[in-house]
Amino acid sequence: MKIEAINITKKYGQKEALKDLSMVIEENKIYGLLGKNGAGKTTFMQLLAGHILPTSGKVLVDGQDPFNNRNVLREMCLISESSNFKKRLKIKDVLKISSLFYPNWSQESADRLLKEFNLEKSMNTKGLSKGMESALGITIGLASRAKITIFDEPYIGLDASARYKFYDLLLEEYEENPRTFILSTHLIDEVSRLFEEVILLRDGELLLQLQAEDMREKSILVSGKSEVVEEYSKGKNVIRETSMMGRKTVMLFGEVYNLTEARELGLEAERGNIQELMVHLSEHTGGAVHV
Amino acid sequence: MDSSFKDDKPIFQQIADKIESSILDGSIQEGDRVPSTNEFAKFYQINPATAAKGINQLVDQEIVFKRRGIGMFVAEGARDIILTKRKNDFFNDYIVPLKNEAEKLGLTAKELRDLIQRED
Repeated sequence: MKIEAINITKKYGQKEALKDLSMVIEENKIYGLLGKNGAGKTTFMQLLAGHILPTSGKVLVDGQDPFNNRNVLREMCLISESSNFKKRLKIKDVLKISSLFYPNWSQESADRLLKEFNLEKSMNTKGLSKGMESALGITIGLASRAKITIFDEPYIGLDASARYKFYDLLLEEYEENPRTFILSTHLIDEVSRLFEEVILLRDGELLLQLQAEDMREKSILVSGKSEVVEEYSKGKNVIRETSMMGRKTVMLFGEVYNLTEARELGLEAERGNIQELMVHLSEHTGGAVHV
Repeated sequence: MDSSFKDDKPIFQQIADKIESSILDGSIQEGDRVPSTNEFAKFYQINPATAAKGINQLVDQEIVFKRRGIGMFVAEGARDIILTKRKNDFFNDYIVPLKNEAEKLGLTAKELRDLIQRED
């Protein structure tokens, strides 16, 4: 299912959480939704999942408005950071309710995931630790087999080994039942390799949407003698600049940079990693990034 | 196979490099099956499309070929193709940085030559 966001604006009182945002999310890809706190990620996900309405503009999922639309919502599963389920239920009840809601629900997958995360069906959701609650959310999201599965920071309280298990299971599910996954995360270094495309929001606006692989090639980190670095980066889009002991380091972004070319000038050159790029692009205020 | 990636190259390129290295050192032989896109994706926890891009690059260079419905295999002559390619890259990848560093240290061409010939 294809998602289109068309000029969506979402206001909470005076504050604009999203500003005239437009983008297309293709089916069966894994998307990373990134941005600083308050960039609008959660609002955007809730809009896609039809949990809230935009102030203006519209969201279309295969041409239909998801809000209050059973046909779309049964193929849409949004797992939030927390409070995904009522606190007076047992795990088995939560699973039962989910299985009734999602037509492609896989009980087999749910059972296996519970086991992987050491959760018992008889447990009360009230007594779950933060990590266990996240694990249950992940279980529901993956077992829903919803065509569009959205995870908003799904791993609060999960330790590193459980997170890596989540990445494994996500890839396994994706391989067996291709579908659209959208993940928002602050742990960019850990998950960026899972993404096919990256969407970066800044202050409620779309800063960029790119293939994760292109993102690397469109960046370069060069350092060397100040004059040489300055000469090299002249006219290029510098998103970060630091100097130390007469040597300068700059991060460039926006076109395909050739590492060898920079090295032949005697500069040290490498690709920026996605986490650093995100940080600097989010901080960078030099207008829109042209890619 | 080494299970980590570096930041200086795209991941798909590194996947292709890893396969090539395994062919070069004989860990996989011509005619052997290469792991599938999904096997790579799971092993390295990367997006399957990224793994596919790496493998397809080798298909384009005729190092690996697809057998529909069965999998990917190392092509005959793959090792020679890789050797030729790596020899071509050797200058840029190794000699250029070596010369740059030598220049920074003020080593003369002769000193550099002597160093290359020195026993380890």
